[in-house]
Amino acid sequence: MHISTRESITTEPREIGLAAKPRSPAGDVARRFVRNRLALAGLFIVVMLTITAIAAPVIAPKDPAASTLGDTRARPSREYLLGADELGRDILSRIIYGSRVALLVAVLAVGAATLVGGGIGLIAGFAGGWIDEVLMRLMDILLAFPYLLLAIAIVSALGSGVEKTTIAVAIWAVPNFARVVRGQVLTLKERDYVLAARALGARTPRLLLVHITPNIIAPIIVFGSLYMANAILLEAALSFLGLGVQPPQASWGLMVASGRDFLRVDPHVTTFPGIAIMITVLGFNLLGDGLRDAMDPRLRNRF
Amino acid sequence: MRRYVIRRLIGIIPVMLGVIFVTMLTTELIPGDPVALMLGENARPEQEAALRKHLGLDQPLPVRYARYVLNVATGDLGRSIQTNRPVLDEIRDVWPNTLVLAVAAMALAIVVGVTVGVISAVRPYGIIDSLARVLALIGLSMPIFWLGLVMLYVFAYYFRLFPVGGTGSWKHYILPAIALATPSIGILSRMTRSSLLDVMGEDFIRTARAKGLRGASIITRHALRNAMIPVMSVVGLQFGQLLGGAVLTETIFSWPGLGRLTVRGVFARDFVLVQGAVLTFAMAFVLINLLIDLSYAYIDPRIHYD
Repeated sequence: MHISTRESITTEPREIGLAAKPRSPAGDVARRFVRNRLALAGLFIVVMLTITAIAAPVIAPKDPAASTLGDTRARPSREYLLGADELGRDILSRIIYGSRVALLVAVLAVGAATLVGGGIGLIAGFAGGWIDEVLMRLMDILLAFPYLLLAIAIVSALGSGVEKTTIAVAIWAVPNFARVVRGQVLTLKERDYVLAARALGARTPRLLLVHITPNIIAPIIVFGSLYMANAILLEAALSFLGLGVQPPQASWGLMVASGRDFLRVDPHVTTFPGIAIMITVLGFNLLGDGLRDAMDPRLRNRF
Repeated sequence: MRRYVIRRLIGIIPVMLGVIFVTMLTTELIPGDPVALMLGENARPEQEAALRKHLGLDQPLPVRYARYVLNVATGDLGRSIQTNRPVLDEIRDVWPNTLVLAVAAMALAIVVGVTVGVISAVRPYGIIDSLARVLALIGLSMPIFWLGLVMLYVFAYYFRLFPVGGTGSWKHYILPAIALATPSIGILSRMTRSSLLDVMGEDFIRTARAKGLRGASIITRHALRNAMIPVMSVVGLQFGQLLGGAVLTETIFSWPGLGRLTVRGVFARDFVLVQGAVLTFAMAFVLINLLIDLSYAYIDPRIHYD
């Protein structure tokens, strides 16, 4: 189930013009990124989101937990910019605080999956042989669970809450990171410079840390950014089902779910948190796409 | 070909043994005791011991694992704790609903996704292409449970065009299938576009152009078929998304399928039911991907399996 092994390059006249003058690779990447308007939009969304999450207490107009019973499901107004929820809490403030949960779960889960999955992929790809076989068959088992179901099984076992949700999202992402890193290692370890280092007597740890790992950081950043998007969606989905983050904590998925019962009369309770999810996920997708195109134009629209 | 199919089918066995092991492990970790939970607070110790024995929970994990595997092999998934019906019957009742929904969504995703991808690839970096790519990104960034609810409000509550939920006529399929298919449409159109652009750079396309074929005919007769292999592998992966996403769409549209059954089982702490349901999902996913691998040989006659 590989994506594509085709090596051919989509010819683009613009790239040829760029290649005429030799420049530093990092400068090239930055230049390509900055020229891509969608990528910049993605970066903007992600930066704004991060600022929102960090500065939530300063930005939020109201206390996200304070409920005013008279204002239950109030329509958007000057008092409540995006309305109030079923307990009379300010939806805008809860969305602002919800960004903390979304980012926290996604960053921790993707970070853990990068370390664990990346480590597994590094070992499997470099060692080869039966170690590779065993590790990748184990990853295949985790990949045999359709999206969401592995996470549901894990959360139903561990219980719900922010930490458990993070663990479930991380475990779901581990095999995917392992596969990506393994694929990179497989091609890198046969490169001349690695073979040369080995011939000069470099031992395995040095080969892995000094020669291979630095060269897989770029694809990991791209993949990590795209997986941030998926991790945020997965957390939201679990919380929506009632299996993830629990009330009274403000989680976007939970907020969408809480408006379900009043959808017919007060759709705003459900609508606004969902828009927050979509913009956030879109931001990370745009950023990941942009980084990928900037770092390696050959990979356009891959993984 | 037949040898390859047999080898692949045998290859599924260790994966499924692993899947069973992982599902059993997760239930092993369940905080709280399912037996105590089922009997309530006033249960006597003898009662608990009897029920534990009845469920086989008095045995150590390896024994339970071996027993469960043997039972699964003979088609016995145990009895639901909640309803006391055989889990296999529970699953059999609702499974077709989920499969039909997933297949309908997949068909929609393939038709729309591939079409949009082809239109994009005809004039890359043009206005239509840019628009299609942004739409594709928005589609795959959409939380389907939210999209489902928005469509429910607009088309079922406000305009009253479609039923609010449940099954029955073809109208019941429209909203859940669109909600479920939307992210896959985005992914498939992106994949089709990039794969087609790759193929369009190859020599045989130049040859086709040189002999005077027109653009449309080159794409439909020469390029698309060659571009479909990477797209098909993504279709296989997307089936996993659709099966998992069915849990969400079924919850929203009160669709009596396996996804809703699973969620119900989780909330009722019916671990026997959840195990059986998760196992069925995984089995379906693995088999569908095998079918897709085999379909490559039909799409591309150069591929032989031996």
